[in-house]
Amino acid sequence: MPKVTIDGVSIEVEAGTTILNAARQIGGDLVPPAMCYYSKLKGSGGKCRVCLVEISKGSEANPNPMPKLQASCCTPIADGMEVKNMTSQKVQDMRKGVVEFLLINHPLDCPICDQAGECDLQNLGFDYGAQTTRYQEGRRTFDRIDIGDKIQLHMNRCILCYRCTYVADQLTPHRDHGVLNRGDASEISTYISHAIDNDFSGNMIDVCPVGALTDKTFRFKSRVWFLKPYRAHRQCSHEKCNGQVDVWMFGNEIYRVTARKDDYHEVESFICNECRFDHKNNADWTIEGPRKLEKWSVINQGKYMKRTAEVNIDTEKALLLGRNEDRKRLSMVAPEEAKKK
Amino acid sequence: MGRKILTEHINVPGIQGYEVYRQHGGYRSVEKALKMTPNDIVEEVKKSGLRGRGGAGFPTGMKWSFIDKKSGRPRHLVCNADESEPGTFKDRYMMEKIPHLLVEGMITSSIALEANLSYIYIRGEYMWVYRILERAINEAYAKGWLGKNIQGSGYDLDLYVTCGAGAYICGEETALIESLEGKRGNPRIKPPFPAVVGLYGNPTVVNNVETIMDIPWIVMNGGDEFAKIGIGKSTGTKLISASGHIRKPGVYEIDLSISVEEFVMSDEYLGGMYSDRPLKACVPGGSSVPILPAELLFKTAKGEQRMMTYESMSDGGFATGSMIGSGGFIIYDDTTCVVRNTWNFSRFYHHESCGQCSPCREGTGWMEKILYRLEHGYGSQEDIDLLWDIQRKIEGNTICPLGDAAAWPVAAAIRHFRHEFEYHVRYPEKIKDRKHFEYEPWEKVKHLMGTKEAVAV
Amino acid sequence: MALAEVKPEQVVFSEKLMKRIEELKSHFPDGKKKSALITVLHEVQDEHQDWLSVPVMDKVAEVLGIKPIEVYEVVTFYSMYNQKPVGKYVFEFCRTSCCATRGVEDLMEYTCQKLGVGMNEVTPDGMFQVKGVECLGACGYAPMLQLGDFYHEFLTKEKMDALIEDCRAGKVEKLSKV
Ligand SMILES: Cc1cc2nc3c(=O)[nH]c(=O)nc-3n(C[C@H](O)[C@H](O)[C@H](O)COP(=O)(O)O)c2cc1C
Ligand code: SF4
Ligand code: SF4
Ligand code: FES
Ligand code: FES
Repeated sequence: MPKVTIDGVSIEVEAGTTILNAARQIGGDLVPPAMCYYSKLKGSGGKCRVCLVEISKGSEANPNPMPKLQASCCTPIADGMEVKNMTSQKVQDMRKGVVEFLLINHPLDCPICDQAGECDLQNLGFDYGAQTTRYQEGRRTFDRIDIGDKIQLHMNRCILCYRCTYVADQLTPHRDHGVLNRGDASEISTYISHAIDNDFSGNMIDVCPVGALTDKTFRFKSRVWFLKPYRAHRQCSHEKCNGQVDVWMFGNEIYRVTARKDDYHEVESFICNECRFDHKNNADWTIEGPRKLEKWSVINQGKYMKRTAEVNIDTEKALLLGRNEDRKRLSMVAPEEAKKK
Repeated sequence: MGRKILTEHINVPGIQGYEVYRQHGGYRSVEKALKMTPNDIVEEVKKSGLRGRGGAGFPTGMKWSFIDKKSGRPRHLVCNADESEPGTFKDRYMMEKIPHLLVEGMITSSIALEANLSYIYIRGEYMWVYRILERAINEAYAKGWLGKNIQGSGYDLDLYVTCGAGAYICGEETALIESLEGKRGNPRIKPPFPAVVGLYGNPTVVNNVETIMDIPWIVMNGGDEFAKIGIGKSTGTKLISASGHIRKPGVYEIDLSISVEEFVMSDEYLGGMYSDRPLKACVPGGSSVPILPAELLFKTAKGEQRMMTYESMSDGGFATGSMIGSGGFIIYDDTTCVVRNTWNFSRFYHHESCGQCSPCREGTGWMEKILYRLEHGYGSQEDIDLLWDIQRKIEGNTICPLGDAAAWPVAAAIRHFRHEFEYHVRYPEKIKDRKHFEYEPWEKVKHLMGTKEAVAV
Repeated sequence: MALAEVKPEQVVFSEKLMKRIEELKSHFPDGKKKSALITVLHEVQDEHQDWLSVPVMDKVAEVLGIKPIEVYEVVTFYSMYNQKPVGKYVFEFCRTSCCATRGVEDLMEYTCQKLGVGMNEVTPDGMFQVKGVECLGACGYAPMLQLGDFYHEFLTKEKMDALIEDCRAGKVEKLSKV
């Protein structure tokens, strides 16, 4: 199998693997960020340019470096290739530039954005963003629109990754929305107000890396970092949905349901709209236990990870303990205590 | 007087029609090609040294030999008649005047590529030229040069003309293919290249109009004959479309061996400066290529004479050279404001970005806004550095070369004319009127800026 | 305009147009008929007062067997399609560099003043509209404008006056013949 070296770490991978996927197989800090590529969506990638890397050696056969940085999400590896990501000043410099480009027209409305706390752009801005903006001009704005009764589109925040269009193309019977206009006037829209209505449309929310597509049944109910995600499942009758989800709870209330996401914020499998939107009742789900979170996730505030050691068995008692801790932390009084007072 | 390969019969009355065209040797290359093997034709083209006339100058014969013939999938030849690069209007001139030459070139080239379905993609604004081509194609069908079993050879070819609808980006070959498939003109991610996965997923070659029009002559006279014209790797003749402040704007066919000075100043070509004002700058190959100040136009930085060849035009790299590009040769006199002109180009690229990739989508708009500010007297010194930094972050980091094309003119303008940008910052009241350099050209105001003429970047 | 309220089933394509659409479709392989979309939209726009309303676009989708969103995506991408009604005679001046160096900005201002409108506005009688567009491939014949399918080159103020008169007199052809 061909061997590729990324930031000094070598790995053998199947021929045809992209640099990004090879890096993901190694894991850790050397994995380039990806805002548009989505391994489960065919044709995605290549657009956002945050995953660009330097190829310092093309291959064993042709050791010349590549003159331009290459998009790691769509460049296949070659045997003997050497790639620099975190070790390349050029890449770091360029990535700062791309993040700046992505932010110049972004509303920066994180305080009122439902995605805050689980937003890839926020994370990217944290890693590569500048302290100040060099952009003085007006930002482009669009009206918020409802696309169906369950999904809201907040175009101002969109980074035009095209993922939602691939979801519509590849998972739903037909696509009713698309990218309209061109250049920096491009927007995601249905053109005429038109509800997107099909069993799988909710997955657009999960693939959206930013807060452009959000779950209306959850909007403004809570900040994600106040919620605890639990692995859960139910018997789903939809042929393409396995009913395996994360339920996001506050106390014993389910605030929202999403697909399960992996380390790269990609869903493990797509879920149907019924599971996502219509089952907010505890009794509908079998809770498997808390979901593991990345160390650095804001959802992990309040030492949630530490406590998971106590809560990782799905007994009612352990779950309740965790919830009471939540309440205390948020200075809210648990129902039992309230009664006592 | 140079050789006339493409324009020899251009002024013959009635040459637009089939009969006259045929009487002047038309379609003989098809007859000859049908008797040759496809590989022989490709070899002749390789020998000719012909380089793509669409802008990039990639050797055509080599491009043809990359087309995947092994997979057995259908192959296509697509002619790029999208011609939208500011300064370029040669293809339209040729198609309008002598449409059958393109049809003949398409047939001969399709034979070489063993393609049975080929298209000419023309920009939507050239609608009347579209009709002219459509008529020419119909005539060719009627005379048995297209369709089934061409001239009894057993070879089938269908050729159609199809159009765009106002998008410069559709000149980029993969965007063109998308557009031809009836979609938005978003360039594709490469690889795979069109030679492997192109139109309808089939191996495809995209060539410029002029490139295709050179093929009949090469087939008739041999590649070696073509290679004798020109200097070094710049072989054959080239169409240059000249515009701006010159006496005789228009399309010229030149040998790739004359000097720039001769081309600009002699009466045979551009006839010198319109209204006799001093030459200030030149964009020699369409809006995307770096602008050259007068002192670097006729002579290279090394002091050698600059020639109208691919190599000489790019002598000195981007620091002191430019590119022959698409042959859109624009001359500016001293009334031109480089800042305003750069803003104009930036507005063009901002308008034409497809919006797929973030550096180009956001960067082109940003540059335009900053240039607008500078041009209208609201800019600052930092803006000039900011512009430099933005163009640097766009260049090389985008999906297609439109990002580079947007960055280069800005970079070159700052590189060679930084003093004019600074003048705009320091004397905003003097530049309020867009004609400020008509009233007071740079030479008259440069003392205001101190003696330093240019600040190197 | 009344056309905006038309229902898709009320949109009619003339027999000539339908024939032309069939011909254009025949230029593309089976299963790839969408390729005709861009050319078809030109022809349809020419027959529908130079703009494409939603019902008209929906009808195009139906005729080509594609989803309406595929038509909207294309119409909004390309600058030659109008999504709103336009003036009968639209002067599309090229304002890119080569034309700008040869004085197109003065000419645009002159034309706007003469017609009493701003850029992109339609005159009250619906006759004229002045637009700025990007390079039309006539840089050596600057300044120039496009009117319908045709180019008017080496313009001067006098030529503009004459052109406007000719339009008013109905003497200006907009469409090139098939
Ligand atoms: C943004 C952009 C616009 C282009 N426009 C044109 C064009 O209008 N006409 C053209 O022939 N080539 C154009 N090209 C170059 C084509 O991509 C391609 O290289 C060319 O058609 C190949 O033909 P050739 O090898 O015969 O030059 C453009 C490229 C880019 C990146
Ligand atoms: S709405 Fe979200 S998923 Fe869709 S293109 Fe925009 S950022 Fe991507
Ligand atoms: S560089 Fe510009 S035109 Fe090219 S793909 Fe990216 S956004 Fe589109
Ligand atoms: S993830 Fe590779 S370009 Fe967006
Ligand atoms: S710049 Fe006006 S036609 Fe090219």
